Amino acid sequence: MKLEDLRRIRERASKDLGLRTGKARVRIVVGMGTSGIAAGARDVLAAFLDEVAKRDLTDVLVTQTGERGLASAEPVVEVYEEGRPTIVYGDMTPEKARRVVAEHIVNGSPVSDYTIEVREG
Amino acid sequence: MRRRLDVLICSGTACLSSHSAKLRDALVRAIADQGLEDEVRLVETGCMGPCELGPVILVYPDGSFYVRVTPEDAPEIVAEHFLKGRPVSRLLWETPQARRIVEEKKQVPFFGKQKKVVLANCGRIDPESLEEAIAAGGYEALGKVLTQMEPTDVIAEISASGLRGRGGAGFLAGKKWEFVAAAKGSPKYVVCNGDEGDPGAFMDRSLLEGDPHAVIEGMAIAAYAVGANHGVVYVRAEYPLAIRRLRGALDDARAMGLLGKDILETGFSFDIELRMGAGAFVCGEETALLASVAGDKGYPRPRPPYPATSGLYGKPTLINNVETIGNVRHILLHGAAWFRSIGTPSSPGTKVFALSGKVANTGLVEVPMGTTLRELIFDIGGGIPDGKAFKAVQTGGPSGGCIPAEALDTPIDYESLTALGTIMGSGGVIVMDEDNCMVNIAQYFLDFTAGESCGQCVPCRAGLPRMLDILRRIASGAGAPADVDRLREAAEMIKTTSLCGLGQTAPNPVLSTLRYFGEEYREHIEEGRCRARACVDLVTYRIDPAACKACNRCALACPVEAIRGTPGRPPYVINEETCIRCGTCREVCPFDAVRVLTGRDRIVNQGQREA
Repeated sequence: MKLEDLRRIRERASKDLGLRTGKARVRIVVGMGTSGIAAGARDVLAAFLDEVAKRDLTDVLVTQTGERGLASAEPVVEVYEEGRPTIVYGDMTPEKARRVVAEHIVNGSPVSDYTIEVREG
Repeated sequence: MRRRLDVLICSGTACLSSHSAKLRDALVRAIADQGLEDEVRLVETGCMGPCELGPVILVYPDGSFYVRVTPEDAPEIVAEHFLKGRPVSRLLWETPQARRIVEEKKQVPFFGKQKKVVLANCGRIDPESLEEAIAAGGYEALGKVLTQMEPTDVIAEISASGLRGRGGAGFLAGKKWEFVAAAKGSPKYVVCNGDEGDPGAFMDRSLLEGDPHAVIEGMAIAAYAVGANHGVVYVRAEYPLAIRRLRGALDDARAMGLLGKDILETGFSFDIELRMGAGAFVCGEETALLASVAGDKGYPRPRPPYPATSGLYGKPTLINNVETIGNVRHILLHGAAWFRSIGTPSSPGTKVFALSGKVANTGLVEVPMGTTLRELIFDIGGGIPDGKAFKAVQTGGPSGGCIPAEALDTPIDYESLTALGTIMGSGGVIVMDEDNCMVNIAQYFLDFTAGESCGQCVPCRAGLPRMLDILRRIASGAGAPADVDRLREAAEMIKTTSLCGLGQTAPNPVLSTLRYFGEEYREHIEEGRCRARACVDLVTYRIDPAACKACNRCALACPVEAIRGTPGRPPYVINEETCIRCGTCREVCPFDAVRVLTGRDRIVNQGQREA
């Protein structure tokens, strides 16, 4: 093994440590309270994780949070991005999640059809 | 599917002994029950430091820090936090004073003032995974050294950094490396001293358990610098987990071509042999350690010749402590100037301390040199529990000294501690409160060193037991005023005439307590008084008839049935003949009716009873 090989291993393995370094361009937070789960948040979360992995988006963090109080719009998903407004999506499904990843996360244009709130800062 | 949670469960020795393995199994089951196997990964890490609070769990990316978690808590944590994102607040870290719930690691004061360099990966990576070590930057420094630097450049960098030996005396590492590189003789050896013997000190164990590859990499760099191809790690056999992880790490590194022949295809060859020590304290002394590795009796020998010229098997040998070696890769990766930007001019870098004794947060902490003892004990350590008053702090293990409250604002470095009559040593910090008697403490440490004396030289073998006799006499109330002078005289003689560091430093606890707490010695000798009420021969337990409510708790708790009385009819009475002064009655009494008399009060009490 040469030094270059070592560096290749590091590049591959450091994705594994991404969760622990706290560096992420985008944070996708899925509301996983009781009503969120009842409305299908588990599948939405799984779809986000799957899509992010498939596209190898190493700077995107998918995580979960508790109830936000907006039970009628569950599953609720928030997308935090540095220097940009926070987008809140409602009534999410796995299919919508995949579209959000493609259009919002990758191409930078939030999906207005599903947006229920835009928070500045 | 991509993982979304890394759950780090501390598998250091302290947490394992508080059943972190059972907790891990319970978490694995609960995660499977919720079907989260693909999303949540459990990582067993090395020691995270706050051992008092174990077992501890750290959850990324949100940074929730759970303490004192039991296997029964596992289903709740998984269902509430891992699934629904609601951290279980009752298990999150609370500060002992404020009882304020803090949810993020960076807000925990225990971590806030620390600067992790040597221990940066401990508690963050899986110590049994070479890939994680590499991901965290492992072996990059070795690669840089082997491909871009000459051995002399490496030594120059270590010299410029001002790194000093972390094992005790604080000798400049760069100088040692220079001596070995310049020494004539072949082969040369690099030996890593992991014979950590100070009671309460466990920084070396923690690094070996939590980031074994850092030690391997540091040794390989040292070997390249001094021109050695053989290495030995000497770890005491009482560290089974460290040995297992290190052995695994050595195998992994060999398999990947990071140890052995032609490392990273640069032509440099180096391999490491793991040797276990049988646990003799004196084997931490370098010449005794080298004798032990060679299969001889673990006896120290006079220096010079130093190991740099005549060490293992009589060949030039570089011997550095585990923590010293742990600094090496960071210095070569970030440069000497970076290292010097941490700590003080004479003592650059960080130091790992093992906090123990009467302090709220016991455990392992890494701080920049120059941090004050007050910050270490009161900010990071959380102060003295139960509202007691601070009395003294003992640094440097059994060879160190006890220093008083007036010294708390001293910035910690090698020189300042020596000036105070103590030493940096390996970094043990034992905090004492008003309940600790300094005569008793001196006796405790001397008892340890006298027992660990190898018996080779007379001052240490015969002198330490004589000092111990005098201390026992003083503690029993039979001391004479001249005993203090006898102690001083013996201490000075042993310090100056002993063969090795063990004897030369063993009198330190006695000398430092005489220097700062001489009044306590005087009280024991002249007044038969132990103000801490710790010396059992100088105290009498008595129940205050006015405060006793005859609840019978003390009588039930007394292990020797020395307390008599009738429930509901106060007072209860302690039989002084049978009482062993264990203090149990005082602990269980809800009315604070048990008094501990010493000195004049005790004599008056005895007079009254006899009359």
